[in-house]
Amino acid sequence: MVLSGAEIVIRCLQEEKVEYVFGYPGGAVLFLYDALFNQDQVRHVLVRHEQAAVHAADGYARSTQSVGVALVTSGPGATNAVTGIATAYCDSVPMVIISGQVPTAAIGQDAFQEVDTVGITRPCVKHNFLVRDVKDIAPTIKKAFHLARTGRPGPVLVDIPKDVSMHKCEFSYPDKVEMRSYNPVVKGHQGQIRKAVQLLLEAKRPMIYTGGGVILSDAAEQLTKLTRLLGFPITNTLMGLGAYPASDRQYLGMPGMHGTYEANMSMHFCDVLLAIGARFDDRVIGNPDHFAEEPRKIIHVDIDPSSISKRVKVDLPIVGNVRDVLDEMISQIEAANARPNQEALGAWWKQVEEWRSRDCMKFKNSDEIIKPQYVVQKLWEVTGGDAFVTSDVGQHQMWAAQYYRFDKPRRWLNSGGLGTMGVGLPYAMGAQLAHPDAQVACVTGEASIQMCIQELSTCKQFRLPIKICNLNNRYLGMVRQWQQLFHGGRYSESYMDSLPDFAKLAESYGHVGIRVERPSDVEGALREAFSRKNDLVFLDFQVDQTENVYPMVQGGKGLTEMILSAEDL
Amino acid sequence: MRHVISLLIENESGALSRVSGLFSARGYNIESLTVAPTEDASMSRMTIVTTGSDDIIEQITKQLNKLVEVIKVVDISESAHIERELMLIKVRATGKDRDEMKRMADIFRARIIDVTEASYVIELTGNQGKLDAFVAAIGNELILETVRSGICGVGRGDRVLKV
Ligand SMILES: Cc1cc2nc3c(=O)[nH]c(=O)nc-3n(C[C@H](O)[C@H](O)[C@H](O)COP(=O)(O)OP(=O)(O)OC[C@H]3O[C@@H](n4cnc5c(N)ncnc54)[C@H](O)[C@@H]3O)c2cc1C
Ligand SMILES: Cc1ncc(C[n+]2csc(CCOP(=O)(O)OP(=O)(O)O)c2C)c(N)n1
Ligand SMILES: [Mg+2]
Repeated sequence: MVLSGAEIVIRCLQEEKVEYVFGYPGGAVLFLYDALFNQDQVRHVLVRHEQAAVHAADGYARSTQSVGVALVTSGPGATNAVTGIATAYCDSVPMVIISGQVPTAAIGQDAFQEVDTVGITRPCVKHNFLVRDVKDIAPTIKKAFHLARTGRPGPVLVDIPKDVSMHKCEFSYPDKVEMRSYNPVVKGHQGQIRKAVQLLLEAKRPMIYTGGGVILSDAAEQLTKLTRLLGFPITNTLMGLGAYPASDRQYLGMPGMHGTYEANMSMHFCDVLLAIGARFDDRVIGNPDHFAEEPRKIIHVDIDPSSISKRVKVDLPIVGNVRDVLDEMISQIEAANARPNQEALGAWWKQVEEWRSRDCMKFKNSDEIIKPQYVVQKLWEVTGGDAFVTSDVGQHQMWAAQYYRFDKPRRWLNSGGLGTMGVGLPYAMGAQLAHPDAQVACVTGEASIQMCIQELSTCKQFRLPIKICNLNNRYLGMVRQWQQLFHGGRYSESYMDSLPDFAKLAESYGHVGIRVERPSDVEGALREAFSRKNDLVFLDFQVDQTENVYPMVQGGKGLTEMILSAEDL
Repeated sequence: MRHVISLLIENESGALSRVSGLFSARGYNIESLTVAPTEDASMSRMTIVTTGSDDIIEQITKQLNKLVEVIKVVDISESAHIERELMLIKVRATGKDRDEMKRMADIFRARIIDVTEASYVIELTGNQGKLDAFVAAIGNELILETVRSGICGVGRGDRVLKV
């Protein structure tokens, strides 16, 4: 069948079973939009800014197991997409971004809306391609999806010049990809796994530390099984929340800068640390020299060898896919019918429980003023702990992570690696489209939400009944907190003046807006919002302006040197 | 420590900038980088001379391996290997310097490949140390231009870098 390049692109997306493409048209992609127009299998979501197209596709991917797809035009379309691409890259999210480019003959001529998209995005994609011949479109898109979803996932960009999308050729979609230069390891090394199991069984103070890799590899079930089998304490990073049920007793909460006392103490003082799909980020282990002071054996399971021994020296590396490695560990333990050292484990749990009894997540609630933590607690209650929760970046993000207890994977969508304000609403759009009947909440701040507020219009067009919980503290709260603690209380440019009336703003987009000022109204407002199954509701909570996020490990400090509450200051 | 890293990479446009971009983005040193197609024109062979602690070199090889177009990476300086660099050096050659230049070229087994009334172009291959010694022996006053290729390297004996 002879098709145009544009038709081939759409046929490829159909072959990949793509349900939604998030995008925005322009000159260089007109043929692609024409090809979209003539079919109804792949649905297009017209966003209001290309950054949101990429974020929404990213949110779609995070909340499902599939590759997110975005489509943007050349020049400003592509540059607007860059923040979205970098955000997905930092959190290893599988995505394919298709960008239009000026015609091949015009490349390098400073043509209208020409930028070197492949050059600009090179450092923030897993890989990218410039397609120079219509015959290459299908094999390139096949490769792009393969690269995006296999190995350590990530965004892949395909740049298609306008003339290439217009030229015609015979279409056939390759059924497999062969790349001699790309063969990620899946199965872990048997011998290494055996040694790891041995080390785990002999451990006296074991600890399991897991991250985004468990979610990306869809291995929550295996992780839960292994953790229960061993009976060890476990912590999940900000990117790994929900991989192990937060309501379970073995779960110690999140580690790191705003992690729990018990998780951080256990990370620090364990004698065997099993790290699974987590990358020892600086927000997790604090000062690496301080972390290295305490001797412990580290086992690290990761599909990307460059994640291993990057920031922390690892004793037992296992390169492989989390799911396969955990399956193997479980079967070895079951086959050996072995149990960890119960006596030592009992003593260790006693210590862990003592740390836990500090109750570091307690906060002083108030009848007068709404505490942001309280809103998140109530959100958890009202949604039965079963919502998809997205967040932006700042204090509200940390409170959402700390107080919404995730029992399932892929329910928590946030930007951990790049920390991109503005992701919350588009992530919620992606999640709601992927799960039309699910409850989707976006926990945001009055500053972050304004970075993609235009998407309220997209939400109206596509009838997305998202519940926005704006923890409105009239401050760039996270910035204000650092200024209070480390810059002598000089609040330089961290106030949010001249805010809109968010409830009215939402109404002007055709949504429901509710302003909430009193603690006693919080629960009612949430219930009202979630009872409106078909409406987007913007809840504008006026929260305590001075509240800070605790516990906190300051930058450069060791994991155990935590500020637990305002009284510690 | 100085290391010589050899790699095979798909011979595609942009591949070189992925490698050089990796080095600049992550703050790794590049002392020299040479690249050219191999006997199989679909592949290029690259030799990178870099310096760094063991941890950094480990990261460099891992990060290079992670690039989708990179086929194989070896740190050839980990065992016996050969390094060669080509230098073309244009020197002032007048009066008594003319004979002296000729004599120096002979001592270093270099070849004079272009002659004018006032200058020579001398070609010299060898390891980095030999080339440095030659430059030092001639002295900066007499040097008009130096062009060095950067290092090519290969493992000795049975060690072969091939797909
Ligand atoms: C304001 C703010 C505060 C923060 N505070 C904290 C904090 O207190 N605590 C915290 O934990 N984080 C915090 N973060 C997030 C932090 O910056 C990092 O993004 C996060 O800790 C990284 O999570 P991770 O280690 O799980 O790695 P990810 O970034 O999720 O990386 C996943 C790892 O798994 C590997 N992997 C991927 N797929 C597979 C697979 N199939 N098989 C095997 N391995 C795989 C990857 O190679 C990678 O090494 C904060 C972020 C912000 C913006
Ligand atoms: C795009 C972007 N710009 C700047 C920052 C730095 N930053 C981190 S948190 C924050 C404040 C966020 O304010 P708000 O959304 O109101 O959340 P709060 O901390 O008040 O809950 C800023 C400016 C960022 N993370 N992203
Ligand atoms: Mg705020």
